[in-house]
Amino acid sequence: MRFVVAAVVGAAVLAGCAPVQSGGTAPTGVDEQTGQLRVWLFDEVNRGPKEAVVKEAITEFQQAHQGVTVDVQYIQVQTRAERFKAAFSDPKSAPDVAEFGNTDLAGYVAGGGFAELDLGQWSESKDLLPEVLDTGTVDGKVYGVPWYVGVRALYYRTDIFQELNIQPPATLDEIAPLARKIRAAKPDLLGISAGGKYTYGAMPFVWANGGDIAKKDGDNYVSAIDSAESKAGLKQYTELLADDICPPAQCAANGGDASVEAFRAGKAAMVVGGDFNRKSVDASTAAGKYAVVPLPGKKAGEIAPAFAGGNLLGVMKGSERKTLANQFLQLLGGKAYQRKMFDAMGNMPTFGDVQDEVAKANPVLEPFIKTLNAGTKFVPVTPNWAKVDAQAVLPNLLQKISAAGEDVDTAAKAAADEMNAAFSS
Amino acid sequence: MPTRRGDGRIAFAYLTPALLVLVGLMGYPIYQLVLISLFDYGQEQVSGGAPLTFLGLGNYTTLLANARFWAVLGQTVGFAAVCVVGTLLVGTALAVLATRVRTWARMTLFLAALGAWATPAVAGSTIWLFLFDANFGFVNEVLGTTGFSWTYDKWVAFGLVAAQVIWCSFPFVMVTLYAGIKAIPGEVLEAAALDGASTTRTATSVILPLLRPLLIVVTIQSIIWDFKVFTQIYVMTNGGGIAGRNLVLNVYAYQQAFAASEYGLGASIGVVTTVLLLIVTAAYLRALRRSGEAL
Repeated sequence: MRFVVAAVVGAAVLAGCAPVQSGGTAPTGVDEQTGQLRVWLFDEVNRGPKEAVVKEAITEFQQAHQGVTVDVQYIQVQTRAERFKAAFSDPKSAPDVAEFGNTDLAGYVAGGGFAELDLGQWSESKDLLPEVLDTGTVDGKVYGVPWYVGVRALYYRTDIFQELNIQPPATLDEIAPLARKIRAAKPDLLGISAGGKYTYGAMPFVWANGGDIAKKDGDNYVSAIDSAESKAGLKQYTELLADDICPPAQCAANGGDASVEAFRAGKAAMVVGGDFNRKSVDASTAAGKYAVVPLPGKKAGEIAPAFAGGNLLGVMKGSERKTLANQFLQLLGGKAYQRKMFDAMGNMPTFGDVQDEVAKANPVLEPFIKTLNAGTKFVPVTPNWAKVDAQAVLPNLLQKISAAGEDVDTAAKAAADEMNAAFSS
Repeated sequence: MPTRRGDGRIAFAYLTPALLVLVGLMGYPIYQLVLISLFDYGQEQVSGGAPLTFLGLGNYTTLLANARFWAVLGQTVGFAAVCVVGTLLVGTALAVLATRVRTWARMTLFLAALGAWATPAVAGSTIWLFLFDANFGFVNEVLGTTGFSWTYDKWVAFGLVAAQVIWCSFPFVMVTLYAGIKAIPGEVLEAAALDGASTTRTATSVILPLLRPLLIVVTIQSIIWDFKVFTQIYVMTNGGGIAGRNLVLNVYAYQQAFAASEYGLGASIGVVTTVLLLIVTAAYLRALRRSGEAL
């Protein structure tokens, strides 16, 4: 009896001696021309206008393609990682076309999720801004078409600046003294709403000081966050998280949204905010009482390099309707619908000519366009960035310095070590 | 009773269904967990984009060499200890109280406790956050401390979360012990009273020993629950507090391993947690057996 049990157990152990691996999302070779095309787009706080534009695109697409239906699912940004991981592991539940954040790209491509796109036959593609297209590129191959781009600039309250008779900062160094002055005069206000978890608000400080998150070294990335320049930038940003500017007890736990929220609520005199925040600020107590300037650089007249955020549209590798998927992507990501998305959501277009056109019609975009043209920066394009992101290395670094009382050298060294461990894994 | 040949076989046959369920629901996942912990198993490996690499104990050495893991482990043990002691104290005190008050008061107490017990952890944590909100929270309003952040300071934040954990886990202890106290035969207490035992003496020499088996159950349950706490910390401290200073083991495992797609490393944290809990439970049972309790 005992022998039988042992034998059965032993056989079971031998038979399954490795964790499961799915067949993967290898190209199926199938290319159906009819049926249902599945599309994943991100849900938004105010989804109505986006949904209306997408519906229009679907109607147009379905009229042009007999026997094709398009099914759109709106997925939550918060749980996107789980959704996409599940889709990569089980191609049956995966969409054909998906919207995704450009910082996730490298990880998704390594995970075998997205197919390389052939933009050669798409005439509009030559107008895509090269710097923005780079955010959809891994190792020289394009996997995502930039659907819109997001850059951040400095929002400030015109009424308060006028009342205190001050000018918006001309250099990064001026921000802290200015913010201190505002809070001293108006103790209810945050001088500048600077979040302790607001990575993309802090990184321009690092970049403007000549620092960087990481540098490419051969095939690998090596963290540069503990370089002297980077530390100067970190010091300059975390200086803003002080009781006389933005008290850590109030600000240290804030990310980008919460930082902007304080400005919307009329509780902050300045904030680093994106072009995508403009509509929501216009619908807040700060409406009509604010202006935007590019975040200044080290010297007067310079602009601090901004993070080139934004979302991409891609075709899944396992899609059984590749041709249709590419056609739908080119419709929704094309010039006409980018223009419509700008009107509906304020999303900044990624085509040079469309961008110029909307900028002319909307002078409010000028500071963002200027920032974009001054040159942007991006996170390291490596699948391991997802790991650094998930492990909250940069937010932890900012919080350690601003709230946990660690000195910049120790905290930056620890963050660099964590990053290098992730890069080399 | 003398055993005959064949008895064992019959007993085994009777136990087979239960055994199958246990193996299926407990054995297989643990087997998978241990197996995964021995590999470099990330998203690329899951979706078949990269080959599997056998690491042996590699994940464990990485984990045990990490100073942060030890810091979080220490924090978890301390946090769980406070929660367990708090839960037991509150639960026991209220159980005793319930045996001594009028029916309507007892009913109110039970309803309130059951409400806390039935509240889903995410909802409960969020409601507590609302109550303790820095600017609009009811608690700050009452205390006149508007603007005070309850989730900023490391120890204040831990205290708040511990209070929430105790709030949602004391009802189990209270209900169990109340039932236990009620089940003590009246004659036993009467005999103690006739022998002239004081209230304290009755409590320590009669009631407590009789409640012992129940106390063992609720203590072990509480240790396991509080050691594995995830939701409360994740929701209330926004994923581990400022600079991760409020992390506990489960949230740490989630953040470092599962969110980062390092399933192999995450599985090894899971195995370490399981082993630790088994050791704690075994040590506790052993200590009890030494003190003469038949189990």
